[in-house]
Amino acid sequence: MIRGADIVVRSLIAENAEYIFGYPGGAIMPVYDALYDYSDQIKHVLTRHEQGAIHAAQGYARVSGNAGVVLVTSGPGATNLITGLADALIDSTPLVCITGQVAAHLLGSDAFQETDVVGLSMPGTKWNIQVRRVADIAPAIAKAFHIAKTGRPGPVLVDITKNAQVEFGEFNYVHCESVRSYKPYVRIDEQAVIDAASLINSAQRPYVLFGQGVVLANAEAELKAFLDKTGIPAASTLLGSGALSQCHPSYVGKLGMHGNYAPNLLTNQCDVLIAVGMRFDDRVTGDLKRYAKQAKVIHLELDPSEIDKNVKTTVALQGDCKASLSLLTKAVKANEHPEWMSRFRELENEEKKAVIANDLHGTHGGLHMGEVIHLINQFKEQDAVLVTDVGQHQMIAWRYFDYKTTRTQVTSGGLGTMGFALPAALGAQLHNYNRQVICVVGDGGIQMTIQELGTIMQTKAPVKVVLLNNNYLGMVRQWQQLFFDKRYSFTELENPDFIKIAEAYSFRARKVTERDDLESAVAEMLLHQGPYFLEVVVEKEDNVFPMIATGCSVEEVRLS
Amino acid sequence: MNRYTILVYTENFIGILNRITIIFTRRGINIDALTASESRLDGIHKITIEATVTEEQIVQLTKQIEKVVDVIKAYYFKDDEVVYQEIALYKVPTENLDPGLEKVIRQFNAHIIAAEKEFVVIEFTGHKEDTQALLEILKPFNLLEFSRSGRVAIAKPKFSVQEYLNNQTYNH
Repeated sequence: MIRGADIVVRSLIAENAEYIFGYPGGAIMPVYDALYDYSDQIKHVLTRHEQGAIHAAQGYARVSGNAGVVLVTSGPGATNLITGLADALIDSTPLVCITGQVAAHLLGSDAFQETDVVGLSMPGTKWNIQVRRVADIAPAIAKAFHIAKTGRPGPVLVDITKNAQVEFGEFNYVHCESVRSYKPYVRIDEQAVIDAASLINSAQRPYVLFGQGVVLANAEAELKAFLDKTGIPAASTLLGSGALSQCHPSYVGKLGMHGNYAPNLLTNQCDVLIAVGMRFDDRVTGDLKRYAKQAKVIHLELDPSEIDKNVKTTVALQGDCKASLSLLTKAVKANEHPEWMSRFRELENEEKKAVIANDLHGTHGGLHMGEVIHLINQFKEQDAVLVTDVGQHQMIAWRYFDYKTTRTQVTSGGLGTMGFALPAALGAQLHNYNRQVICVVGDGGIQMTIQELGTIMQTKAPVKVVLLNNNYLGMVRQWQQLFFDKRYSFTELENPDFIKIAEAYSFRARKVTERDDLESAVAEMLLHQGPYFLEVVVEKEDNVFPMIATGCSVEEVRLS
Repeated sequence: MNRYTILVYTENFIGILNRITIIFTRRGINIDALTASESRLDGIHKITIEATVTEEQIVQLTKQIEKVVDVIKAYYFKDDEVVYQEIALYKVPTENLDPGLEKVIRQFNAHIIAAEKEFVVIEFTGHKEDTQALLEILKPFNLLEFSRSGRVAIAKPKFSVQEYLNNQTYNH
């Protein structure tokens, strides 16, 4: 017989959890006490805020493919997870969050630090449960890992009352292999594969859109094989970036509000649209009424509730895209589409002339964010991970970062959570100290979780923080300029001395204001062994283009 | 807009009803009526939900309900695809009992299921239109209280939750 608290820790070890991201407090103290005895088997990272813990777990999960583990106390500890849960749910990130809870006999009595975390987290989790007895702890954790990692991954939460943590029980850990009400995978419908193949074979202008589903299914090789055989142009969503090397001949760019010109515009000229592991987010489709109406749509998607949700499919290929892509590759004929592909290249050149040249190769005036990313590409390692926050810097970094390998893109896509990047970069770095992790943030977002510089200091994670500082909440300011008559309502920031802050947290820090100093600073940062903080003061009122304004169609993508 | 009945088969876990109703709340859709009870299968609950929505909405709602981990299966039906019934109870003061009331009870084939010194309780089952019609008739009898259940329903098309449960989980 061992204590419930030991069962919690030993269950996590049995699930091969490498890290726990957490913060102690009253209702979870027995588990923290138990952790003391297992520090040789599982590592705990003490963040500076529970939101930091969950974002760090997300960063870890996104680069590793494992479930991120979070451990916090009841009440405010638990409520501070809510943003991260919502973020992980919409971006399909596997997380197992364990929250302490007041003793079972106090439930509903408004006891100190009691909150209904199961109720609060219900819309933000794939599954959650409250455990009130020691015997239920291990089965609940086993089920939690199974549900978090299988099917379309997502966050789960296990709330454990304090009495269950201190009671004694047997520990015989049994991994959860299935849940009778939950069937995450289906056999691929052979007829659908035949129908999809025949559409693809007869298509004149087929077009592939790929998303994070490819990464989550570990289907990068299958996607490449499909494109190698069919020669179909392929564009990436925000979270799909990295699933296909940008050097691949089929790769034509990025989709969405601030994606590339050709991929957006030509969506309305293709005849067969093949969507792989993506969910037709409104930032990708623009006005749905004018989205790819001319095209037959094939949707390869694991989650049945995504099929026909936003875009009606001609052929639905439900199931794991690793399986459906390889079946589809067998069923289609080898082909190439040189003329159709050249349309993409023509428009790409237009975008280069109108936008990209100036973004990457500024000569006068303030520095552009794009110049920084361009230099990062020159000095970064092949498999460097780019972690971004939310806003202009996120879109610019995504547009210009050279994605060569998978699981190199960590950002808050669906929820758009400012403050995500710094803790997520920490989590991504902890998965592998030897892999370069570059955290690009804005001056707004970094201040939402700036306290996590302390966690980076304590863990010695060699994160490279690149602060692109324009003294504005830049994306909101851009919208105010374009759509609200330049009424800059509460978007200008009076900022602290970021270098002093970074140095106080033991970062090597450098501030760049002049174009001539940028290259040496980026090089110095990426060669530095430990944590590094590079602040680049950029043009205050730069805008991100191309852009599809809200309510516009993908074909109304504008270059200025 | 159509009236639909959704039949949901679930595990009998705490909070499952909440997980299902928030799917409606989030989309701003009203639940017209809801009943929940054990099904004929051991340990499996059946929830019957009535909602007035478009066909697009009912498809999406049903998929979202089925996506809930502890939901085994969810089906939706139009009114002509289910046999359904609602029960209504009417409390009428004894002082208002007169031959007119007897006529009404006979006409509707309703029952008096309780008689106290002060009041009687009339029970009547049927579709909402029927129980509503009786309600209108009883109002002049100084009706004291009225209570109506959500619908319980049996689907006409054949499906088997047991069969679904028996199918092995498919692992790729």
